[in-house]
Parts: sequence; C-alpha cells; structure tokens
Amino acid sequence: MFFSAFSFTRLRAQFIKEVLSVLRDPRSRMVVFAPPILQLLIFAFAATLEVRNVDIAVYNQDAGRWSNELVQRLDSARFITHVRHVDSQLQLHELIDRGEVIAALAIPVDFSRAIAAGDSGSAQVLVDGRRSNSGQITVAYLSTIAAEVGAEVIPDAQAPTPVVVRHWFNPNLVYRWYIVPGLTGILALFSSLMITSLSIARERELGTFDQLLVSPTSTPEIIISKSLPALAIGTLLGLFMISAGVFLFGIPFTGSFALLLASLVLFIASVVGIGLMISAVSMTQQQAILGAFAVGIPAVLMSGFATPVENMPVVLQWLAQAIPLTHFLIIVEGSFLKAMPTGDILASLWPLAVIALATLTMATVFVRGRLQ
Amino acid sequence: MQANTAMATTPTSASADSAAVVIEGLNKHFGDVKALRSLSARIHYGRLTGLVGPDGAGKTTLMRILTGLLVPNAGRVTLAGFDVVKDNDAIHVASGYMPQRFGLYEDLSVMENMRLYAQLRGMDADRNAALFAELLDFTRLAPFTKRLAGKLSGGMKQKLGLACALMARPKVLLLDEPGVGVDPVSRQDLWRMVQALTDEGMAVVWSTAYLDEAERCESVLLLNEGQLLFDGPPQELTAQLKGRSFRLEDVGTERRAVLTKVLDLPSVSDGVIQGAGVRVVLREGATVQDVQLLADQAQVRLAQVPARFEDAFIDLLGGGPGGTSQLAERLSPVELGSDIAVSCRNLTKRFGEFTATDNVSFEVQKGEIFGLLGPNGAGKSTTFKMLCGLLKPTAGEAQVVGHDLRRATGAAKSRLGYMAQKFSLYGLLSVRQNLEFSAGVYGLEGETRRERIEEMIATFDLGGWLSSTPDSLPLGHKQRLALACSLMHRPPVLFLDEPTSGVDPITRREFWTHINGLARKGVTIMVTTHFMDEAEYCDRVAMLSRARLIALDTPDALKRIAANSERPDPTMEDAFIHLVESADRQMEVAA
Repeated sequence: MFFSAFSFTRLRAQFIKEVLSVLRDPRSRMVVFAPPILQLLIFAFAATLEVRNVDIAVYNQDAGRWSNELVQRLDSARFITHVRHVDSQLQLHELIDRGEVIAALAIPVDFSRAIAAGDSGSAQVLVDGRRSNSGQITVAYLSTIAAEVGAEVIPDAQAPTPVVVRHWFNPNLVYRWYIVPGLTGILALFSSLMITSLSIARERELGTFDQLLVSPTSTPEIIISKSLPALAIGTLLGLFMISAGVFLFGIPFTGSFALLLASLVLFIASVVGIGLMISAVSMTQQQAILGAFAVGIPAVLMSGFATPVENMPVVLQWLAQAIPLTHFLIIVEGSFLKAMPTGDILASLWPLAVIALATLTMATVFVRGRLQ
Repeated sequence: MQANTAMATTPTSASADSAAVVIEGLNKHFGDVKALRSLSARIHYGRLTGLVGPDGAGKTTLMRILTGLLVPNAGRVTLAGFDVVKDNDAIHVASGYMPQRFGLYEDLSVMENMRLYAQLRGMDADRNAALFAELLDFTRLAPFTKRLAGKLSGGMKQKLGLACALMARPKVLLLDEPGVGVDPVSRQDLWRMVQALTDEGMAVVWSTAYLDEAERCESVLLLNEGQLLFDGPPQELTAQLKGRSFRLEDVGTERRAVLTKVLDLPSVSDGVIQGAGVRVVLREGATVQDVQLLADQAQVRLAQVPARFEDAFIDLLGGGPGGTSQLAERLSPVELGSDIAVSCRNLTKRFGEFTATDNVSFEVQKGEIFGLLGPNGAGKSTTFKMLCGLLKPTAGEAQVVGHDLRRATGAAKSRLGYMAQKFSLYGLLSVRQNLEFSAGVYGLEGETRRERIEEMIATFDLGGWLSSTPDSLPLGHKQRLALACSLMHRPPVLFLDEPTSGVDPITRREFWTHINGLARKGVTIMVTTHFMDEAEYCDRVAMLSRARLIALDTPDALKRIAANSERPDPTMEDAFIHLVESADRQMEVAA
C-alpha cells in the first residue's frame, strides 16, 4: 500500500466532517448565529455613549429674569426628561445621593441681580461622580446652555467665539459609525475562536480524536481541515457585519474592499490558530469555552476597541501588537470612515500575516504534541 | 469491620417480614421508552442481592427509584418500611447509595471527601474519629488519606465511594455497577467488604452486567428490557440447565473453526471459546448427538461441565448468535511479508518520575488474537497506546507489520485498525456519513470507496439505519458500525481497546464471532479487556502489573500456574489474581 504525507481524499473527508459537525452541533450553531443578530440589535438600538433621558434637579433661589430663562431652556432641552425643582440644598443632595438625577443646578439669590449689574452670574453645578462619563457629558451640555443664556444677555456683543470643534470623518460623532466597524472584528473573532476551540475538544470528548490520530492522516491535514470551515464562517460573518454597516446603518465605506477582505481572511486565520491551540490543550468542551473567553476578552480589551492602545503601559502596548484584533481594528475603521491609503493598510496587514503564520504553526506543534 | 453493632439493627432471617425492600407492580417509563414493566420483587436483609442484566435493562432506573431519586409511574415501593415517594426523607437516612460514578470531589483528598460526606449527613467529623478509622481500615485506604481522590485508581475510588456511602450506617446499601472498570484484584476486595456487611445484617444490592458476578450473589433479580426474568438464588436458575453444558477439550489451533461449526448446529444454543477448549450449551430438549459427532470428527474429547449462570441467561434470551461471520466470509485472507505482525522491544514510557510501561518486549504472530491484561494502572493502556501510535515511547521501539511507529508513522498507521471502548463515532454525523468519513480518512477513493461502503452496509445489516445518528442506534448496531468503520481499509492488524465494556452478552458473542472470523482470515487482533471470559478467546495473553510484563502465555498455561490442590481447575480470574499477587510479593522481596 502506498503512502503519502498529504492526501486530498483524506482532507476532503475531514473537511466534510468538520462542516457537518459545526452546522449540526447546537452549541456551535448558537455560537455562530446568535451573537451577530443579538449584537446587531443591541448596538443598533441600545448601546450608546450619548447622554439621553436624564433628570436634572434645580434649586432656584433667584426669582429674577435670567434664572427663569436658564430654567426654561433646561426644561426644553431634549436630553433632559424631567427638571426636578427643589426647595433646599439638602433635597438637592438627596436626589443626587439616591441617583435620581445625574446633575443638580443651584442658582444663588443674586444670580439675575449680578447679571443686571453687568457682572457675570454664577451658578453651582453638582454632578454624580459615580457616573463620571455621563456626568461629564451632561456638564458639557449644561455649559452650552449656559453659554446660550449668556449670548442672550448681550445679544450684540461680539463675544469671543468659543472653540468650534469639527470632527473629521464622523462630523456628527454618530456613535454607530464608530462601533459597528469595530464590532465586525469582535464578532468574527469570537465566532471563529469558539468554532475552532470546540473542534478538537469535542472530538476528544467523543473519543474520535484518538481514532483520527491512529489513522494515517497527518497533523497539517487535521489543522487545515479544522481551519477551513471556521475561516469560511468567520469571513462570511465579517462580510455580513460590514454590509449591515453599509446598508443598514448607512456608514460611509470609503476604503478598498479587496484589501479589507484580504485582511479579514488573514485576521481570522490568525484567530483560528489561537482557537486550535486552546482546543489542543483542552480536555473537554467546557475547558475550551472557558479558554476561548479567557483569551478573547482580554484581547478585545487590549485591542484598542474600548481604550486607545497608546494609553496603556509600554509593555502592554507591545503585547497589544501581538493581538490580531488590534491590527484588524485599524484597518476596518480606516476602511470605513477615512479612506485609509493602501500603504497604511499594508502596514497593519503584514503584522496580521506574521501572527497568522505564527499561531497556525504553533497550533500544528500543539496538536502534534498531543502524541507525546 | 468489627463489633459494628449499630449496623446490625435488624435480625437476619429470610422471612417475608424481614424484607428490606418490597416492590409491587412497579412501572416506569421515560416518554415512549418503558424502563420498567410491572415489576414485583422482595429484597431481604442480611443478603447480597444481585440486580443483573445487560445495559439498558432498567437496573439504574430501579436503583434510583429505590433511593427516592425517581418517582415511579405506577406501583409501590417500600424500603426499610418507608414508602419511597411519601417518606422520601426517611429513605435517604435508611439507605446508602453508590452511583456508577460516585460523586467524589476529585480535588479533595480521601480524608477531606470522607469528612465532607460525614458533614453532609449532619455528623460531626471530629467526634467520629473511631468511625473514620474503622472505615479506612475496612476499605484499606488508611495509607492514602492524603491522596487526592482524582489520583486514585478505579478500584480505590470505588472503595472510597463505598466508605462514604457507609458513613451513615444505612440499613440498605445500593451499589450501582461497583465492578465496572475495576480489575479483579480490587473487585475481590469489594466482594470481601460487601460480605462483611451482609453478615452484619445489612441488605446489599449489587447491580451488574457481569454475569460471573451474579453467580456470587445469594439472590438474583434478573432484568432484561425492563422485565423481571428471574428472581431467586442463581443456583436455582443454573440448575435448570443441568446436563446441557459440555466442553470439547483441548481442541487447540482448530478451536475457532470448531466453534463456528458448533454454533451453526441447530441443537446448540450457545458456545464460547475457553482457552484451548470450546464450551457448548445445548438447546432445551436437544440431544448431544450432533456435538458428539463433531467431536469425533475433530478427534477431541467431549466432557460434561457444570452449568454457569451465563449459560442460563443466554438460554433465557433464546440463545446466542450463529457462528458464521458474514464479515469474515467476504474478506480475502491477509498476506504479509513476515509472520510477525506486531512487535515491541524494550518498550518504556515514563511520565515525569512515573514509569507507566517498563521495558516490555513481545512479538505477536500473524493471525493471532493477543490479549493485554492487567489491574487498573498497570500500564496496559499505555502499552497499548504506544503500539498503535497514540503515544510516543520514551525508549524502545514498536513495529506494526514491519513499519516502525516512530519513523514510518503514516505507513504503519495505514496498516492498523482501531476500535475504542466508547466506539468513537461522530454523533453529529449520520451512519452513512460516518462510514464515508472513515473511508475517506484512510484514503479510499472512487469506485473502491463506494464498493467498500456498500459492502460494510450489507455485511453489518446497517441498511435501515443509514440516515440515523449513531447515538440512536441499538447498542449492537452501534458496535457493528464502529467495527465497520475500523475495518473499512482492510487492516491486517486490528486494535481493540476494551471493545465490549458495557455491552450485553449476546452482542458480545456476535462481536467475537466476527473477531474469530477475522483471525481465521489472518487478521492479527490486539485486545485489552477486563472480562476474563474474553481473555479466554485469546491465543496468548500478556499480563502486566506495575508497568512490567509479568507473564505471557496461552490462557490455559496461565491457569495451570494458578492451579493447586485446593483449586485444581482455576478460572481465568483466579489465574489473574494469583499472578498479580505473586508478582507483587516478588517485588516486595526484591525491595
């Protein structure tokens, strides 16, 4: 009987087996299809960094014109649901303590008088520091309102215009424009990580992995047959999210689709390698899922999706360079909003290629190591 | 256990009043599956009652009803006078239950496990030092109190489980298949302990699929497909078979051919190989004439032998399968370049400090059925895995049909077939897809591949199941499918890793019919097993203990070593225990 180290017949048999296993395993199916739909809904309608629907407390000790003007503007501000009027500083504090309002405004007795006298009126703003991010945004909104009142006080004065910020690429700072491209990477990461980390562990639980190891199939064949389905599913998911971004959320896609597709495939290949390494060392599917999360969540946190990589300690910045998602996020965000030039994309593409090569090679070594 | 008066709460008498468990008209079904059908029986104090039957007979369901973990659909069950449904809390106090896999906490030590179970029973662990000492002494676990439960051998785990189940001094002790995965030496220990408990008046129920275990029980409840086939002392059942069991003595190399012929006789209900002989059970009312004729042809002696419980069981189920293997009929004889199919030289495997296999060498002839036996942890599965390429040896070498497993891995692997204990089938793929996968993974293509698959489907009668998943198949068919998958590429060497664990005796016979047929065609069979009657099918048996090869010979020769004046005709199990114990003694002397 002849024997060769690589056989297409063996590869095909394993590939069919893998595809059927992924599609028929309820656990894999859930991993593949549930998160994209759920996350799409969550991010489209729920998750946002904008401040909306908040309550503000006002302790107005002044009965003059300008304090009235200010309170009326607050009443009609769209981001505020209710303006709660209180009669004492104590009540103001209580409302903040109980978390019923995010900020409170205390207008002193001499507010209107001071303005009328040509001075500037000052009011106190108390913010709930427990919700620091939303609090700060609220303060910014309140200052804008205060500035508008100020403009009304001296309508003709050419008051020095405050800094006008123009946001490039995302002029209206639409939150979804930022989050959906990033989500493409994260979803593809978790799906392909899960599919691959379950694949060997599932066979080990069934005992079929031993059966595979006693057959003449070689380790590269096992790795390839386990990579391809995950690669295909991950890429399709990524494309699904990209088209949702373009057609559903209307995010401008300005970069090169071909380059984005190439980086998507490389990105998933590197994740597949990581997934197979996790799977090779896991004895059960449970361990594999835990392992996938233990690797996946820190990877997302350090990738620059939530916090900029530049803000991290230098050592962690190096580590972040080894995370495929870091590079892919740069490419996908660049392709969507800022028509990233080819040269810049290539600068992030080659690290992806290196990582993919490294993780897949290590996965092969890990699987072979099971034979010891 | 000495002077344990608290356990002997009930007088030992066999009167109906002393029944520990009364079962009346019990029915239990899960969906459409009828697990138990109108079962009525009594279990008595001071007796060891065997709950016997093949897998899926309803043994575990009955056990769980007795412990109040399941509610019956119809019928009434009382345990120690308490109704299992109405007095559920009292049941937990009166009964001790050891499930198939006792809930030991693997990351706790032996002592910590025992303390935990004592506390769960509301006992103060510190005040019960005497009880602990007694239980540790009883289970011989005293030297291992600090060892983690996860690091214990199968037999020791069972003993620890038993110690935990005995913690509350139950009146009725229920053991669910305590003998599974336990080697004969540890099993001997368990029997001794259970004997001591029944002597004190406890009612002990021992469920088992091993029919030789049933024979040792004082009373037996024989279940099959949820129905009670027999209730009484096992001797009563075997007595019905009186005069129907025979053995063709010293048949020698022709025994497999003889077995095939014997099993194909209409007058024979069952037959197995026993060492060099063939054991035959006649059908009810049949005469020995045909078998005698066959014995004369083969020029061997035909002797009457005492009936065994297993004979009676097979007979109750209508006899075993025929002797001709469809599979072997279709196979062309194996031709090899050399007469040696598998060999290993100075095979050694170390995991860190621990030596799992120590300098093992042997050669296996073409067409031989070669058994690897040994207690749990003796290194038989490590050795086995090195021989089929699942583990790399630390030193020494292993060859399959002349290919070194280290250098020519692929070439060697394409010449061997492997069937694991759990059958290793893809549960998510259909039967046909499983067959196609194993054909593909062994590189079969086009016409050959199609032909082989069709051939396997026809041989093993899988036609009606092609689009079902393997898990929905009856056990027998599942085993056939696993065998079909491992033989798809016509390997000259077949590795079987405890192939019939948890399989009922009839399915096991059918399996061995195929294996015998394959061996007659020149396929070399390597097998590990815990069943001593399966060791009898082997041409030669390698016995491993503490990582070393302690004996290698034919089953009959091994039995002769264990023979003495008290025990002139020892069983394979006797031989096993004798060999392991004398090897242990020698090692102690050497140390």
